Amino acid sequence: MNKITKHNYKQYVYEMSPKSSHFKNLFWAFTVGGAICCVGQAFIELYTYVGVEKQLASALASATLVLITALLTGFGVYDKLGRFAGAGSTIPITGFSNAVVSPALEFRSEGYIYGLGAKMFLIAGPVIVNGVLFSTIIAFITMIFGG
Amino acid sequence: MSYYKNRTLTFKNSYVSDGYTVAGPKENDGRLRGCFDLSLSSDMFGEKTFEKAERRMFEHAISSAIAKANLTIDHIDAVFGGDLLNQIVSCSFAMRNIHTGFFGLYNACATFVESLILGSGMLNNGLENVLCVSGSHFSTAERQYRYPLELGVLRSPVTQWTATGVGCTVLTSSPELKCPRITHATVGRVVDYGVMDTNNMGAAMAPAAVDTLVTFLHDTESKSTDYDLIATGDLGKLGGDIFVDLLQRQGIDIRGRHIDCGAYLYFDSQQTYQGGSGAACSALVFNSMILNDINKGKYNKVLLIGTGALMSPTTSFQGETIPAIAHLVEIDRR
Repeated sequence: MNKITKHNYKQYVYEMSPKSSHFKNLFWAFTVGGAICCVGQAFIELYTYVGVEKQLASALASATLVLITALLTGFGVYDKLGRFAGAGSTIPITGFSNAVVSPALEFRSEGYIYGLGAKMFLIAGPVIVNGVLFSTIIAFITMIFGG
Repeated sequence: MSYYKNRTLTFKNSYVSDGYTVAGPKENDGRLRGCFDLSLSSDMFGEKTFEKAERRMFEHAISSAIAKANLTIDHIDAVFGGDLLNQIVSCSFAMRNIHTGFFGLYNACATFVESLILGSGMLNNGLENVLCVSGSHFSTAERQYRYPLELGVLRSPVTQWTATGVGCTVLTSSPELKCPRITHATVGRVVDYGVMDTNNMGAAMAPAAVDTLVTFLHDTESKSTDYDLIATGDLGKLGGDIFVDLLQRQGIDIRGRHIDCGAYLYFDSQQTYQGGSGAACSALVFNSMILNDINKGKYNKVLLIGTGALMSPTTSFQGETIPAIAHLVEIDRR
């Protein structure tokens, strides 16, 4: 048996560690993520059916999903979903809602300003910053090369 | 025998008079169900915030341990204790209502064994009764070290679950009845093998535990087979396996006599993945099961190794590796 030193310890730990089950994770991410999108599509169809304009119906469907997730987060259901669905529940707009509501709930105990107000975008903040940054970059590229 | 030999101390008159444990609901659903002095039905403990709940657990454990040992607060010379919350506020705030000397300690999850060592040292130097206390709370630790509770994230299979609970030990220099004695202690040094994954703290701490145990066996010229039980604090299943394997590579076989308090706390079905972590693990398991088993005569000589990962969220974000420490005490029934 070879000796474990500081130099080969990381490799040794990697070999000892249990690996994530990629197939299972992919399956659940695909299923749950797909199911959330189906629910979203169902809302779009519903709103179009009652006579809302197509573009407005999409926005309304997103808002509805955000509202439902906020409630599910408050009732402690969404984190259980996230524990096996992973990216399937993080990537859709519902994941964004969960990322805003969960710190808001948690830091409420530190007051409305320094707690809830300051910590609400703890998780979602980087997403917003990078979202704005990269959409600006892409907008410039489109502008230059003519979109 | 000299008082101090390399990193190993010898104590003459440190006796474990009693232990008291308060455990959270998930811990009481685990392997030690019914072993705790108080099991909470809710981890809020009737308070408005988790932080207040953790504080109250400390207060309750300290005052009940004093009562259980048939003492009053006037008999207690000092309290040695700490927790994981920021500036060890849970333990310090609990001490607002417990009017005696207080040493606030922090060695992460090795705090409990650190407190046993320092408490025993003080008994050796004239104090009569000291309290050693340590604990953690899943919900307060989780938001300090990781994510908000309700955030839906996929946990890595190497993660552990911060245990909720507080364990308190009463050490005395002049016991009325026969009770187990803390005979030796090896003080840990900070060991860093370059692990950066904060999910995998067991792997970060295992080399520190190996270092301390090897030093102890060398300093006391004893063998691992001299001990009925070698308990590590919160290495978890993976860290525990690494610990046993690293020792085996050095020719020390502890298979069959090793348990890890963190891994032992929960059943696999409780989905903690690698078992428990946190300052509560060693304090809960030692003050309930291990102490009972020593008193019943199941074990004569026990080694308790508290393991602590000494990083903070700031150092992790700044890309630092995880330094770790392990303290050891030897408990003898005779």
